[in-house]
Amino acid sequence: MEPVEKFTDAWRHRRDYARDWKDRTGGKVVGYFCTYVPEEILYAADILPVRILGGHQPPNLVAPHVFDMWCPFCRDCLNEGLSGKYDYLDGIMIAQSCLHMRQAFGAWEIHVPTPWKYYLCMPNAVRSPRAKTFLAGELACFKEALEEWCGKSITTEDLDRGIDIMNTNRRLMKQVYEFRKEDNPPIIGTEAMMMVWASQLMDKREHSELLKQLVEELPNRKLERDPGIRLMIVGSENDDRPFMEMVESIGGTLVIEDHCTGSRYFWDEVVPDKDRISAIAHRYCDRIPCPSKDWGATDWQRKRFPHILNLAREYRAEGVILTQQKFCDPHELDIPSLRRYLEGNGLPCYFLEFEVTVPLGQFRIRVEAFLEQIRAEDLFV
Amino acid sequence: MAETKYKTKGLDCWNKAKELRLKYYQDYAEAHDRGALRWEGGAWSFDALPQALEGEVYPLTEEPYGASVGADPETQVRYQEAAEGKWGCARDLCAYLRSYWGSIILDEYFFGGKWPKADFIFQDHICCSHGKWLQVVAELEGGQVPYFCFDVGAGPYDQIGERQINYVVEQLYDGIEFLEKTTGRKIVDEKLIQNVYNTYRSACYWSKVCELNQAVPAPLDEKSMYSLYVLGTLQKSSQEIADFYVELYEEVKDRVANQIAAVGNERCRVLGDSQPPWGFLRILRYMEKYGVVSIGSLYTFSLIGWWKVDNNGNLVPYPTLEEQGIAIKDRDHALRLLAEGELRGKLMWAPFYGAKFKNELVKKIARQWKCNAAMIHLNRGCEGTAMHQMELKIALAETGLPVMTYEGNMADEREFDEARDMRLIDLFLAETLGLKKLTE
Repeated sequence: MEPVEKFTDAWRHRRDYARDWKDRTGGKVVGYFCTYVPEEILYAADILPVRILGGHQPPNLVAPHVFDMWCPFCRDCLNEGLSGKYDYLDGIMIAQSCLHMRQAFGAWEIHVPTPWKYYLCMPNAVRSPRAKTFLAGELACFKEALEEWCGKSITTEDLDRGIDIMNTNRRLMKQVYEFRKEDNPPIIGTEAMMMVWASQLMDKREHSELLKQLVEELPNRKLERDPGIRLMIVGSENDDRPFMEMVESIGGTLVIEDHCTGSRYFWDEVVPDKDRISAIAHRYCDRIPCPSKDWGATDWQRKRFPHILNLAREYRAEGVILTQQKFCDPHELDIPSLRRYLEGNGLPCYFLEFEVTVPLGQFRIRVEAFLEQIRAEDLFV
Repeated sequence: MAETKYKTKGLDCWNKAKELRLKYYQDYAEAHDRGALRWEGGAWSFDALPQALEGEVYPLTEEPYGASVGADPETQVRYQEAAEGKWGCARDLCAYLRSYWGSIILDEYFFGGKWPKADFIFQDHICCSHGKWLQVVAELEGGQVPYFCFDVGAGPYDQIGERQINYVVEQLYDGIEFLEKTTGRKIVDEKLIQNVYNTYRSACYWSKVCELNQAVPAPLDEKSMYSLYVLGTLQKSSQEIADFYVELYEEVKDRVANQIAAVGNERCRVLGDSQPPWGFLRILRYMEKYGVVSIGSLYTFSLIGWWKVDNNGNLVPYPTLEEQGIAIKDRDHALRLLAEGELRGKLMWAPFYGAKFKNELVKKIARQWKCNAAMIHLNRGCEGTAMHQMELKIALAETGLPVMTYEGNMADEREFDEARDMRLIDLFLAETLGLKKLTE
């Protein structure tokens, strides 16, 4: 089986993977709700962190707990928990994220039997000079809580191991992303996303082994397809595989993205420092922010926008699909500005609002129209 | 018409509250005419700091402004359609925020004249929208309004220690540096210290007022309380406003002593949740026909009020500095006390950390304020106050309290179906609670 197939398999059979991992290692599995969770410390404690993702099925169980002005992703995640699909988790945690995910976590804490729960008070003001010290304190408390729960201390060597596991995985995924810059990328967007999603679900050591194999194979991998229009996706969490397959079946290739189930998840590494906890705190404050945290203490400008533009240019995107989970306030607050910013820099944008399930037929027509628009612009330049 | 069971009368200080509010908005509009500074921020911004700058300074807090617009549905729709149509924002964003942005886009000040541009922004952040609300304002104003935003999301009230207080205090020092650099004026420590005393008095005396509403009959109904707490959302550090809350407390104490009721026929006490639909407050008056008084909510009590949970597990007003025997020594002491009061006392922030916090606090309210039922406004206009509302419904129902929910929006009349919700209210009061209308 090719690495990409193995990623797909782990994504599709995530529950079996986690159960099997527990059987093999005897370790604990913790589900997390937001990518601000410091997985380095979980790995240091020999815990497998897995991201809680939705099931893309109508969230029938969630209505009594969360009314429908909350984002579909948080409702979908909670629905998965309520339906028992995460019954293998030994713990759940959140790093103070958007209010939507906190809504799901709050209901999960009460209604989904999970032995261990943790709310990590990630600062909102990640760009404040005060945030790193505060987060370092939070991480130290978190480490203590894990030590108490697991009944063993987490040493400096353990933290080094956790940092190395995460950084290695990040570095390898960035190497894979380099191939997406090619004229005819040997890995398409759907596959790249599958790789990132799998990294959020698999033991990163096993994932990294597959990545090494993939990095070796990609120079010789040829896809018999016309890449068509090079597109970027920017927006809310997005693990909607059928949507991506659809886009890449009608004359587009997704060459890069900025969202927390894509590049934003792994783009930044922990820079080694004598104080490991402080180094981890720096990484999570300095990373490309989620829009919910993208405001400066004394600077209203967004850090994310120039990064998105740089990505678009590096990967030669010809257009940007702005995707947003319905009701996702942080993205809703940024999208009018982001659209102006990108279009002002010559990048056409198209906006799509996502629900738990997407109307593929309608979206197909709309994306086709967007591709036509880009082609027409090329034609008349 | 049935005889009223209790004496009732309006508040003597009612007009004073209205005058203070109007003066606030006028002062802001006219500030530049008299060489004063204007700043904009949130109802939860620590106004004690910018108000300690040398000379005259006037604030405009964004949420009460949005609520004022919300009470006038015609203007509200016009402002929001400008935000949605001209700026392109989503219709489901915070309703206050959309009105505020629309006001700027249309260059209209709801209280008359053109939009009075601020000299600087001094914002706090806890809900996803706060910091970003004024980020976009800075953008709409051409990027020319200096911006400062600090984070108060340091943890739930019962887990606040030195580290959490330090986080906020350090940011406040950054805020002072910003204020002095931006305005060219100095922070006057005497003013700052007085502002912190005033903040404590506003926050603690409002809680004392709310505590008095445990009396039967309730001396205040929630509709009136909305007009009273608002002053604390405007400028809780002001001497006049702090004095007003002390005066109000004395008057409400007198009402309790003399059994002066807010609703003459009180026979059923309900608690609410979240902001009401501001353009439709008549629903609260309508409930009075059944002898129902809405005694308050976590929102009404703690949006500005500070509370603590005592050793018996009861909600009690947070003590004033005088009651704690504390005299503020210097700037650092003032900043620490300010951060401590807000982080430990503002229980309205607790739901941001989990449904369990909201559930426990509101169950205390239901018990201590002797509530017979709960009516939860599922507020599509404010994600912050709407946190965990359905979980709250479950938690209250488990205690045996009848609960109804009705869906609406605090400040977007397009999302409030008045006829439907009135029908729901009728059904709940008549069928679930078994009440009959006492008056038509």
